[in-house]
Amino acid sequence: MEKVKIKICSGTSCFVMGAAAIQALEFTPPEDIADKIEIVEVRCMNLCHNVNDKHNHGPFVYVNDELIEEATLEKVINKVRSILNSCNA
Amino acid sequence: MLVPKNNASFMRTKILIKIAESFFADRFANADRIPLELRPKEMNPSRCCIYKDRAVLKYRCMAGMGACPEEETDELKTLKSYGEDALSREELPKSKLSVIDIACSACIKAQYMVSNACRGCFAQPCRLNCPKEAITMINGRAHIDPEKCVNCGRCHDVCPYHSIIKVPVPCEEACPVGAITKDEFGKEHIDTEKCISCGKCLASCPFGAIVERSQMVDVLKQLHETENKVVAMLAPAVIGQFPGNPKNLVAALKKAGFDEVIEVAVGADITTQKEAAEFIERQEKGAKLMTTSCCPAYYRAAKVHIPEIQPFVSDTHTPMYYTAELVKKDTPNCKTVFIGPCLAKRVEAEYDPNVDYVLTFEEVGAMFVAAQINVEESGEEEFSKISCAQGRQFPISGGVAGAVQALVGNKADYRPEKIDGLSKENIKLLKRYATKGCENNMLEVMCCEGGCVSGPGCVALPAKATRAVQNYVATGEQLTPETKVGEK
Repeated sequence: MEKVKIKICSGTSCFVMGAAAIQALEFTPPEDIADKIEIVEVRCMNLCHNVNDKHNHGPFVYVNDELIEEATLEKVINKVRSILNSCNA
Repeated sequence: MLVPKNNASFMRTKILIKIAESFFADRFANADRIPLELRPKEMNPSRCCIYKDRAVLKYRCMAGMGACPEEETDELKTLKSYGEDALSREELPKSKLSVIDIACSACIKAQYMVSNACRGCFAQPCRLNCPKEAITMINGRAHIDPEKCVNCGRCHDVCPYHSIIKVPVPCEEACPVGAITKDEFGKEHIDTEKCISCGKCLASCPFGAIVERSQMVDVLKQLHETENKVVAMLAPAVIGQFPGNPKNLVAALKKAGFDEVIEVAVGADITTQKEAAEFIERQEKGAKLMTTSCCPAYYRAAKVHIPEIQPFVSDTHTPMYYTAELVKKDTPNCKTVFIGPCLAKRVEAEYDPNVDYVLTFEEVGAMFVAAQINVEESGEEEFSKISCAQGRQFPISGGVAGAVQALVGNKADYRPEKIDGLSKENIKLLKRYATKGCENNMLEVMCCEGGCVSGPGCVALPAKATRAVQNYVATGEQLTPETKVGEK
């Protein structure tokens, strides 16, 4: 099965606002998803500049093609699990 | 301790970003909107209601502007006016950790409790091993009499069902020197005489009730409202704290308004040379022990809490001291800003006339976000002086001892030991080493477990930062006692 691709924005804004903590997936991923994910650090995707209102919704993370706003480690892990579950179903 | 990144720490970063944005937008004219923007009406409250959330946020903003919530005299004083104070003050307020009393949840006093996993067993080791006879069996279950209990934890250790749990007070448990205690209302207070400014309480409070005064606005003012030449001095732990390479970071800081950027690893090279020489000299005089002195939280702890170890603490100055000395010699009228992972450095800087301001990586990160500076896309520029491998390895546990070892070589018998993290246990250990002696003769003491890469002001994950620092060490030239540090 193809691995779930996690693209973590490493623009300064996302990084400072919490993407740094999501990198824990590289070091201590939950056992059930550890060998099923591929983590990629990507350059600033400019999503922080495209928001309509004046609030920055970073950090931004893509899990496969789905964008997660205000991403946290928990949100990313949950998304990965739901993708894996729907594949298994 | 709490995991390094959690809702309380994310909020602290957001507050700093908002304050920096408010500085850029209108010099705090609309700063009173910050708590409302961070807690809009439609959002679910974290505490009892959004109004209390906002009240707490206001206090946290005050600290972000450099004011101390404990010293509030008028509750109606606006954030705008705290911002104006920050912009008009010439002198820095004294660095201080303090508790926002309305945010402190007054956690119940640390205690052992019997959970419903208790089986009321026949052996009853809890009851028999309690030194104070505090445990009785009531309705087939163990019961601890809080009047008699002295929190020794023996019942917890002996229960075969692990049914006795310890409910700690996170800040009190984290503080290695007993500086934070409850008042008569159960709220926590920090005794500034005892506090070593390590920041462990701040990092551990699940309610985000502990704050320290930021100097970010003072630095923003230096960068944007004065003609002063401002020099950034980057602690060795900076490697890996921001995406991009060190040259990108130098360029980003210049974009942010700094005139020059120097690595404190250069000063760490000087510390290494002097500390190695000092070690050899002390050994020749028959000293049994020497400890490092570069961690300011440990330095203060030794002074206030471990007087036994004081004679063994190295007299060599810190990397920050030597770096600032170099900078002020080159450019006497500049303003120096130390940028690091550490809160205790603010206190050290108060005693060092060559260091004007201290910022954390988090605060610099907030300044970048507010100014929309993306480090990776800022181009590349050079540090004004280049460090060696030895100075670069200071921020990792074992790094300082290793650096000094390289310079001592075979000139003395060198047996290092690292004290990784200034916990209550390690303070006791240091006392024992000082009075009863120890097998080794060089102790490296770092207050933060893992080294400065785990400091309370860090942005990056310690594991990731450690790896980045190691890679950077590998690219450095070797320092020798003859190296003329700071000449290139």
